Amino acid sequence: MPGPRSYLGVELARPRVGVFDFTSCEGCQLQFVNNEATLLDFLDLMELVNFREAMTEQAGDYDIALVEGSISRADEVTRLEKIRTQAKILVALGSCACFGGVNQLKNRFNDLKWVKKEVYGNFPIATQKVRPISDFVTVDFMLYGCPPRKEEIEKVVTNLVVGKKITMPKYPVCMECKANENICLFGLGEPCLGPITRAGCDAWCPNNRRGCWGCRGPAEAANVRELEAIMARHGFSREIIIDRLECFGGFAGQVAELRRQSEHPRKARSTGQA
Amino acid sequence: MKPSRTIAINHLTRVEGHGNIRIRIKNGTVEEARWEVVETPRFFEAMLVGKLWENAPYLCGRICGICSIGHTLASIRAVENAFGITPAEQTDELRLLLKHMETMQSHILHLYFLAAPDFLGVGSVLPLTRSHPAEVQRALRLKLLANDACDLIGGRRLHPTRTVVGGFTMLPEKAQLERLAQRLLAAQEDLAAAAELFATFTIPDFARETEFVSLKGDHCYPFIGGELVSSDGVVKQEEDYRAMTNEYCEQGFTSKLSRLSRDAFAVGALARLNNNFDHLHPAARKVARGFGLTPVNHNPFMANIAQLVECVHVAHDSLAIIKELLKRKWRPPRVPVTPKKGKGVGAVEVPRGILYHAYEFDREGRIVKADCVIPTSQNHANIHADLKALARQWAAQGKADTDIELLAQMLVRAYDPCISCSVH
Ligand code: SF4
Ligand code: SF4
Ligand code: SF4
Repeated sequence: MPGPRSYLGVELARPRVGVFDFTSCEGCQLQFVNNEATLLDFLDLMELVNFREAMTEQAGDYDIALVEGSISRADEVTRLEKIRTQAKILVALGSCACFGGVNQLKNRFNDLKWVKKEVYGNFPIATQKVRPISDFVTVDFMLYGCPPRKEEIEKVVTNLVVGKKITMPKYPVCMECKANENICLFGLGEPCLGPITRAGCDAWCPNNRRGCWGCRGPAEAANVRELEAIMARHGFSREIIIDRLECFGGFAGQVAELRRQSEHPRKARSTGQA
Repeated sequence: MKPSRTIAINHLTRVEGHGNIRIRIKNGTVEEARWEVVETPRFFEAMLVGKLWENAPYLCGRICGICSIGHTLASIRAVENAFGITPAEQTDELRLLLKHMETMQSHILHLYFLAAPDFLGVGSVLPLTRSHPAEVQRALRLKLLANDACDLIGGRRLHPTRTVVGGFTMLPEKAQLERLAQRLLAAQEDLAAAAELFATFTIPDFARETEFVSLKGDHCYPFIGGELVSSDGVVKQEEDYRAMTNEYCEQGFTSKLSRLSRDAFAVGALARLNNNFDHLHPAARKVARGFGLTPVNHNPFMANIAQLVECVHVAHDSLAIIKELLKRKWRPPRVPVTPKKGKGVGAVEVPRGILYHAYEFDREGRIVKADCVIPTSQNHANIHADLKALARQWAAQGKADTDIELLAQMLVRAYDPCISCSVH
C-alpha cells in the first residue's frame, strides 16, 4: 500500500498508533515494552492512542493499527472489522495474527465439539475454527514470528512512520544460521526446520542450540521434500516433521500435503521416509 | 434518597486479557457487583493431545506472554516427573535463577506500568515519563536487568529457547554470570528507591478474610515443586493438585474457577508471603515489616507490596545462586530423555501464583491427556468476592461513584490478573 505510507511520511510527523489483541498470549504486544533500552525513544516516534494492556485512555482513530492474535469467536470479527475501518495501515503482529499461530492446532481435529468437551466438559462455550486476520480484513503488512523480534517491530513501525520501503527476507533461516557460524543442529542429532523457514529472526533458536520450529512460516522456495530427505538421513520420521511443522500455522499447506502423502504411501516412498 | 448507579467497565485496561466489572447500586445498597471474564478460549489442553512430549514446554510457554518462562518450567517439570527424570543440581539452580528473573521483570512491569499510574492519578505510565522521569528510568533499568538475565539463561526473554526437558540446550558463560551479579548488586539501590516510592502511596483500607494457597517451603521460600499448602491448614502433595484446585465452570466466565475450604481462595505474591514469611530473605522481610505487611494479611491491595518484597527477595537469592554456580565446574547442560508411559505433575510458583501442568503420556511419549491450572483462574472467584465486599463497604460509606469505580479497578489490578492465561 504505497499510498498511505508516503502520505504518512509527508503529512504526519507523529502517527497515531493503536495496539489491539485478539485470541493470543499477548506476548507480541509485550515485545513493545520488552525493549527497555530504546523504549522511550521508540514511543516518542508515535502517539500511542490505544493500548489497552498499558493505558486507560482510548481513542477511535489511528494511522497504524498493530493487531495481535487470531480470530476464534464471532464478536472478534466485528471488532476487527471496526479496527480496519478506523486504521490507515493495518499490521498483523506475530504468527497468531499472520497464520493462526499455536491456536490453530485445535483446527487439526476437525471436531470443535470434541475440542470443547475435552476442555470444558458439558459447559457451553463459544468458539469457532481459528483463522488468521487476513481471512476477514485486508492486511497491509505481516510481521512474522512467535514472538517477532523486538528490533523488527521497531524497524517496521519506524519505517512505516517515515514512509520507508520495508523488505523482509525470503530466504531460509539456514542462511542466517550459517552466517552466524553456528554448529548445524543436525550434526548434534537434533531436527531443525531452518532449511524451509523464512529468515528474519537471525536464526534465533539455532543460535541457542535449539532446532527451528518454523514459527515464521515458509521461505519463498520452501522445499519440503528436500527437508524430508535431510530428516530421513538423520533418522527423523515424517511424524516428527509434521509434529513440528504444524505448530504455528504458517505451513498449513505443506502439512496437508504431507498428510495426504502418508495416507497414500505409494507417493510417500519416493521421498525416502524413515 | 440516593440515586441508582451503574458502574460498567468493559475490557478493563492495564491488565493482561479481557475482563469486565459490573456494579449496580440502588439507594446506597449494592444490588450487584460482578467480575466477568470474556476472553476467547484457546483450548491448549485439547491442542496438546496427540503431540509428542517435546512440544509440551514449547507450546505451553505460549499460554502466556508475560510468564512464558514459568509455564515452560512447570511443563518441563511435569514431563520430567512423568518420565522419572531427575535434573542435575546445576540445572535446578539455573532454573531457579531464571525463574527469579522472570518474577522480577513481571513484578516490576506490574508495579510500575500497571499499578503505579492509579496511585499517581494518571491513566498510564506515559505521563509519568514526564512527571516522574527518574522513577520510570529506574523501572526500565530493573526490568532490563531482569530481561537480560532471562535472555542469558533461557536464551530469550519471551518464549525461552534453551529450556528443555532434561536441562538446558546450552549454558551461560561464567563471566556473564559475574556481570549479572554486579548488576544485581547495583540494583539493590533501585529496589530501595522503589520501596520509598511505594511508601508514599495510600494503600486502600480494605480487608476480607481469605484462604491463601501456595507451595509450602520447607527450608526456603518456595518456587519450583514441593508440597501444597493453604492458610486454612490444608496440605496436599504436588500430584494431588486437583484436590487443591477443584475447578468448576460458571456463567459469566470463559475461564474455569477454583475453590477449596471456602467459596474462593487467593494465590500470588501475597499468598506466598502469607504462607512462607519466615523463609523470605531478611532484607525482604525488613521491607515487608516497613509496610506493616506480616502474615496473615487479608488486604488484597497489599499484593502490590508483596510483589515489591519478592523483588527484594529474588534479587538477594539470585546473588546467592550465582555465587554457588560460580564455585562449580560446569557439568553437561542436560541429561538424556527416554519417554515412557505415565503421568506427571509440575507445580511452580509463577509471578501471579501457583501454576500446575499435568500430562499423561503413551509409550512413545505422545500426550494422551493434558491439564493446566492457571493462577489467575484460581483467583477469579476471589476477585469476584472481593469486588462484592468492596462495593458494599464503600457504597455504605457513601463514597462517590468515581471513587468506587477507580477502587474497583485498582482492586482487580492488585491481583495482577493474566486473563488470557486463565482462559488458555
Ligand atoms: S504470535 Fe506467539 S507471541 Fe505473539 S501472541 Fe501469538 S502466541 Fe503470543
Ligand atoms: S541448525 Fe538448522 S538453521 Fe542452522 S544450518 Fe542447521 S538446519 Fe539450518
Ligand atoms: S529459528 Fe525458527 S522457530 Fe526460532 S524464531 Fe526463527 S523462525 Fe521461529
